[in-house]
Amino acid sequence: MATLSIDKVRKTFGAVTVLHDISLDVGDGEFLVLLGPSGCGKSTLLNMIAGLEEISGGEIRIDGKRINERHAKERDIAMVFQSYALYPTMSVRRNIEFGMRVRKVPKREREDAVKRVADLLQIAQLLERKPSQLSGGQRQRVAMGRALVRDPKLFLFDEPLSNLDAKLRVDMRTEIKKLYHRLRTTVVYVTHDQIEAMTMATKVAVMKDGYIQQFADPTTVYETPETLYVARFVGSPAMNIIPATLTASGRVDINPGGIAISGVKLSATAITTFAGKRVLLGVRPENIEKTNGSHNTFDVQIDVVEPTGPDTLAFFRLGETDAVARLQPRSVETGGQARLTIDASKAILFDPKTDLRIK
Amino acid sequence: MPRIRFDRVFIYGSLIFIAAIYLMPLWVMIATSIKDLDEIYAGSFVALPKSITFEPWAKAWATACVGTECAGLRGYFLNSILMCLPAVAISTLIGSINGYALTKWRFRGSKLLFGLMMFGCFLPLQSVLLPIAFTVGRLGLAGTIWSLILVHSVYGIAFTTLFFRNYFITIPDELVRAAIIDGAGFFRIYWSVILPTSTPIIVVSCIWQFTSIWNDFLFGVSLTSGQNAPMTVALNNIVNVTMGRKQYNVDMAAAMIAGLPTLLVYVVAGRYFVRGLTAGAVKG
Amino acid sequence: MEKRLSRHLSKLVLVPSAMLVFIAIYLFIAWTAWISVSSSRVMPVYDFVGLEQFVRLWSTPRWIIAVQNITIFTSLFLILTIFLGLLIAILLDQRIRAEGLLRGIYLYPMALSFIVTGTAWKWIMNPGLGIQKVVRDLGWASFTFDWIADPRFAIYTVVIAAVWQSTGFTMAIFLAGLRGIDGSIIKAAQIDGASLPHIYAKVILPMLRPALLSVVVLLSHIAIKSFDLVLALTGGGPGSATELPSTFMFSASFRRNQLGVGAASAIMMLMTIAATLVPYLYREFRSERDA
Repeated sequence: MATLSIDKVRKTFGAVTVLHDISLDVGDGEFLVLLGPSGCGKSTLLNMIAGLEEISGGEIRIDGKRINERHAKERDIAMVFQSYALYPTMSVRRNIEFGMRVRKVPKREREDAVKRVADLLQIAQLLERKPSQLSGGQRQRVAMGRALVRDPKLFLFDEPLSNLDAKLRVDMRTEIKKLYHRLRTTVVYVTHDQIEAMTMATKVAVMKDGYIQQFADPTTVYETPETLYVARFVGSPAMNIIPATLTASGRVDINPGGIAISGVKLSATAITTFAGKRVLLGVRPENIEKTNGSHNTFDVQIDVVEPTGPDTLAFFRLGETDAVARLQPRSVETGGQARLTIDASKAILFDPKTDLRIK
Repeated sequence: MPRIRFDRVFIYGSLIFIAAIYLMPLWVMIATSIKDLDEIYAGSFVALPKSITFEPWAKAWATACVGTECAGLRGYFLNSILMCLPAVAISTLIGSINGYALTKWRFRGSKLLFGLMMFGCFLPLQSVLLPIAFTVGRLGLAGTIWSLILVHSVYGIAFTTLFFRNYFITIPDELVRAAIIDGAGFFRIYWSVILPTSTPIIVVSCIWQFTSIWNDFLFGVSLTSGQNAPMTVALNNIVNVTMGRKQYNVDMAAAMIAGLPTLLVYVVAGRYFVRGLTAGAVKG
Repeated sequence: MEKRLSRHLSKLVLVPSAMLVFIAIYLFIAWTAWISVSSSRVMPVYDFVGLEQFVRLWSTPRWIIAVQNITIFTSLFLILTIFLGLLIAILLDQRIRAEGLLRGIYLYPMALSFIVTGTAWKWIMNPGLGIQKVVRDLGWASFTFDWIADPRFAIYTVVIAAVWQSTGFTMAIFLAGLRGIDGSIIKAAQIDGASLPHIYAKVILPMLRPALLSVVVLLSHIAIKSFDLVLALTGGGPGSATELPSTFMFSASFRRNQLGVGAASAIMMLMTIAATLVPYLYREFRSERDA
């Protein structure tokens, strides 16, 4: 239970700056996800919070207190690693109580703590086994047990689900979320999987090349991405980005095809600034529907159809680019014609020169 | 790998033929060492012994003449053991800590340091032999087993560091990070986390070190003499210095005695021996 | 901060070894180098006489013989061990039963001291009682195999014994290399219609180049250092017919009271090995860093 403040934090390796002035504020009990591709700096940031990497500039505060100089073991944090990092020659019990042994916690207390955690995670029957005798999901839980037993203020996760197969990943995701709700400890979670971020976070920080692209709750990040990068990274299939032109009346024209979309939410300043200029129209696939009407519609030929079960993805050409729509199952056929419409209220515009959302 | 369309017979035949050539010297040594001397001079060196006698072995062990002493190899065998055991232990221990420090606590220049140390594996000992001899003399250790223990320990460190470093580099760094968060320090991590997983490489290191130290001749002949020499030097003396009729059976028995320890180690733990051989060699 | 302590501890722990290595290797090499440019004879003298000892070295017939011998020896040794080792490795790779046993047989010589090997082969190649006698007894009365006593051919006996000892090593490395080749590449070649010998020649062997490189470097350094084997097998003789740089260095320094010349010969050996080794090690470290 703690607040976390990352204040203008910088990290350099020799001449290379890997993290640029990162500032984030995480409230007590929040679940922060650092989301981004490999190399964006998210793991480095996590390691700096943990105390495994030196902080080159700026300050990190837990519960208001500066922790830059503190050793990892004094920061009251616990960490779950991507490969779980279980001590291979020790039993599960020993793995969990290793930290306590180092701190010379008396045997009785150790046993109680291990039992408490084992019951919570339902691994009591595994206590005498070695990590090599456990399945992936079981190892996951032991790793979490080792972290839990420290009763930390801050829980750090470094891509814990990457090593699991798809089905297990979904199961473990739910387990982590349940645990989180039960304990309400502040969590910082690193992943490159945007589904994990969307389903688990209370706050998401999308990172790229050592910068934070956007820091907001998942819904905001999903519905109003601040940059083109965020728009493309979050959501699957990715948001359609269609080159278009903004007219003086606030209408968005897509060519070739002579498609006119009106009703996109824009401020008056935006319209004046970008009238007549090229813009990028961002529309999520689920905001394109089949219709019989005539408002904001266009007729297309469907190139490819991908039935996913609950919906059907339809791929077609829109203006200068390819686009995809999420439609009802069996509503279109490959090669067939369809009339589609865009829900303009959910669409957003980006400035092609800055990649930023036009407000 | 797909099968060559050779006759399987050809393949097996060749391999067995080659194996026979390989085993021949061993056979010859054993056979000659249990033959009567007259039989050796009269018969063929590959033939089976007509009558078996273990007297040559007894002679080699207790009464063969090494230089002017005729007390057999027994004393020298002991010298070799006294030399090997400490040197193996010391070089292995130091090598393991070095490998640990170099891989799990990297710092600027650790790679360079490792490279400079590795050169010791390839060093032609002749290029440092003279200074070694002088230094050993200055330290007052000239001619003693201690000089050999010292020298083998020091020059063994290059090999053992190589083994351990290449092994530890495959242990995930996250293991060390988890232990740091758990509050463990440098030595605690070594003792509780790294060492328990090192058994295979410790065995490799010990076997390799034992074999090379036991089989060494150059240091033995340069730094010790007479009573304090190791096995290999004594063997060479027995074989190359003869008075009267050459006692080939005793020579072979002596060679067998000299070779048996490492051969035994090889038979029992050959797998680890191979791992040591290829430890530094095959890189990709 | 305790993590700093651990960091410092790690460097601290390496200091003794680093110092030992520095002294025992680099300082000692420098020391030997100084002696090689000094006028030392019986005891070391720390003056400077330029390359006088090297000149003396290269005008010593015995040294020239040693250099000739080492060249013959190393080239034959390399060629034979590589060829045989590769051959055995390829044969063993054909899914042989008892492969483990056979491998064990080919490798056991490496567990033996060179002195033991030398002693055994000296006996085997003994003109009066060894191979020559056996073949003659079989009926071939004029068969001669007295190479070991013949100054012209003695060096080849050293080659034979050394090849016997070390072929297992090359075999092990090539076998590991062969095993490391991705089976799907072979299958692709077979689909392309290549015959198996063709595949071996054009696809597999080229992929063994890193293994070959390792083998050449490691074997040449073993060859150049050869000392024990020669001493046990021929004693450097007959005469100086099998003199090698290592035996020369030893006798010059410890028997003939010519420390300067001995040191010079040692430096020659070092330079030869460094010439093969340094580029190899440098490349290895480069690739590891980039990897």
